[in-house]
Amino acid sequence: MSTATAAHDDHHDHGAPAGLMRWVYTTNHKDIGTLYLWFSFVMFMIGGSFAMVIRAELFMPGMQVVDPQFFNSMTTMHGLLMVFGAIMPAMVGLANWQIPLMIGAPDMALPRMNNWSFWILPFAGTMLLSTMFMEGGGPAFGWTFYAPLSTTFAPDSTDFFIFAIHMLGFSSIMGSINVIATVLNMRAPGMTLMKMPLFVWTWLITAFLLIAVMPVLAGAVTMMLTDRNFGTSFFSAAGGGDPVMFQHVFWFFGHPEVYIMILPAFGVVSQIIPTFARKPLFGYASMVYATASIAFLSFIVWAHHMFTVGMPVAGELYFMYATVMIAVPTAVKVFNWAATMWRGSMTFEPPMLWALAFVFLFTLGGFTGLMMGVAPSDMQYHDTYFIVAHFHYVLVTGALFGIIAAVYYWLPKWTGYYPDDRLSKLHFWWSAISVNVLFFPQHFLGLAGMPRRIPDYSLQFADWNMVSSIGGFAFGLGQVFFFFIIVKTIRGGEKATDECWEDAQGLEWTIASPAPYHTFVTPPEIK
Amino acid sequence: MLGSELDTANRRVVKRLGVVVLAMFGFGFALVPLYDAICDLTGLNGKTGQVDEQIAKAYAVDMDRWITVEFVAQVNTELPWMVEPVVRTMRVHPGALTDALFVAQNRKAEQIVGQAIPSLVPNIASRYFDKTECFCFNQQTLGPKERLEMPLRFVIDPAIPKDVGSVVLSYTFFRVDGAAQISQAGS
Repeated sequence: MSTATAAHDDHHDHGAPAGLMRWVYTTNHKDIGTLYLWFSFVMFMIGGSFAMVIRAELFMPGMQVVDPQFFNSMTTMHGLLMVFGAIMPAMVGLANWQIPLMIGAPDMALPRMNNWSFWILPFAGTMLLSTMFMEGGGPAFGWTFYAPLSTTFAPDSTDFFIFAIHMLGFSSIMGSINVIATVLNMRAPGMTLMKMPLFVWTWLITAFLLIAVMPVLAGAVTMMLTDRNFGTSFFSAAGGGDPVMFQHVFWFFGHPEVYIMILPAFGVVSQIIPTFARKPLFGYASMVYATASIAFLSFIVWAHHMFTVGMPVAGELYFMYATVMIAVPTAVKVFNWAATMWRGSMTFEPPMLWALAFVFLFTLGGFTGLMMGVAPSDMQYHDTYFIVAHFHYVLVTGALFGIIAAVYYWLPKWTGYYPDDRLSKLHFWWSAISVNVLFFPQHFLGLAGMPRRIPDYSLQFADWNMVSSIGGFAFGLGQVFFFFIIVKTIRGGEKATDECWEDAQGLEWTIASPAPYHTFVTPPEIK
Repeated sequence: MLGSELDTANRRVVKRLGVVVLAMFGFGFALVPLYDAICDLTGLNGKTGQVDEQIAKAYAVDMDRWITVEFVAQVNTELPWMVEPVVRTMRVHPGALTDALFVAQNRKAEQIVGQAIPSLVPNIASRYFDKTECFCFNQQTLGPKERLEMPLRFVIDPAIPKDVGSVVLSYTFFRVDGAAQISQAGS
């Protein structure tokens, strides 16, 4: 080693710069990951408070807390903030922190673009939230913003909503390009594609999905923009357009979008279960192929969201079969997780508890998805609380539980301290029980015919709504408690070892805890 | 990978993915004509066709077959008109050029422009239902309280599937005042 190289290495040993500007100028993947995660937590709290307003209004029949327009705005903003503000940025935050650590790269491939893709987000989020204070109120047409509700009948603030979606799209696309470039070009020597940890694989596939569908969403909102302001008629029947076409374009984006939210969670769970079952992941290659098949199928099933628009029977049959087909690769994954645990030496640390709850409850959400994938039964469930229960099972106990599991799993590596075991388990059991009190009764409400997005309901729905609301308040409280646990962990606690978890496999456990500001400046050798 | 090599590789990935992003943005817009083409081929949204009178007259009239045509008119909430078909039901032979009449009445004391959008069920029949003349080909302008008779001339292609015994032709009238120039909307 020459002196020049040694000096070079010294240069890389400096820690993080001090002050607020560190976070504005940072190009460090760990800093940006942290920013993403905190941003998504703030959005999660705001979106969650909107959900509390919804549950408060639905606590009893009749109108008591808010007026219907504001209620609709709450359901809309809750959906938009949770999808675009909480789940997606949280997944990108995990990718930023973990992908370089897991493939032995010093940083993301395009660090400056990384800074940009994060710093667009707070502005997009603020713009989206600012619509709530404008004349006519915020968007109140549902998070799916179907035309003509979002074109002809929407408040003026909708144009701000459109630009917010554009900016969120830019952010996601830039983030995805970064993930792909990192995974393709920055792997440590010897880290072949089929040796990559599954979290990296699922994110690579997710990034391709994002690049394929975020531009289509941008196109859809651009058409909305010109319909609203420049006299085009993409979605206006009066001008020769077709409002049903909006649903096709939207769901062409929207269905891959739901896999964008869940695939990284699949990856997280595929990391956690082998660690705490102390066995390698069962069927690694089949996991990769299953993920890729799910991603491919997600492009050809979009119209199962619109079985009731008046499709011909041939169309309904095609979309029904294609949809039910997704159950095959998904089941491969669930069987692999179960087989990984089979005869493993399992322990139940907090990340494992969340991962197990994920497997069980996500699968439950998958089953209700199958029920609605069947066109004739969907006719009954369509736009009822059954679909609300379904997508909250896959997105809350699926995607969100996956994120929380990931946070508990990697928090010792990020902060250098273990989260308090007793408090974490309390958080888990509190959330796992309350989330079921919150969403399980919504199945009953939906089967009994209660429509979604309605602030008032008839008397027969009263009891289960009250139960659901109580579960909702409890679950909300539990996530404030989560904030407390994270802050407590950052401030101190039991010191984490470098390995963090007994015999954990993977490059991220070979570096010090907490992870130094610069890691893998010299790439590790993978055998 | 070495520093410069890595830069080139990263740049290549960014360029390629940038092309994909632009292509997918274009694809979003390409869905519009694609959707229209699929609807035309399958008759899915019930849009009826427009043909030249010459072609319509050249059809051989199938005197053995009757098809019942029912007319429906409805007005979008923003348009203060009353619109009705003069004859609600007629029986026609496939291939025979037939006239029908709708009447519109402006209920307001101001000039209003409207546009009729047709839809035909069963959808499969819409490919065989063609018009040589229709009030839906153009926007209609009604003066204050004006009443207007709006003619329609249509022909049913004798190739229409044998199991179609009756069709319903429905028009929805939209207000298009101040909206941008709309072309080909009603065809």
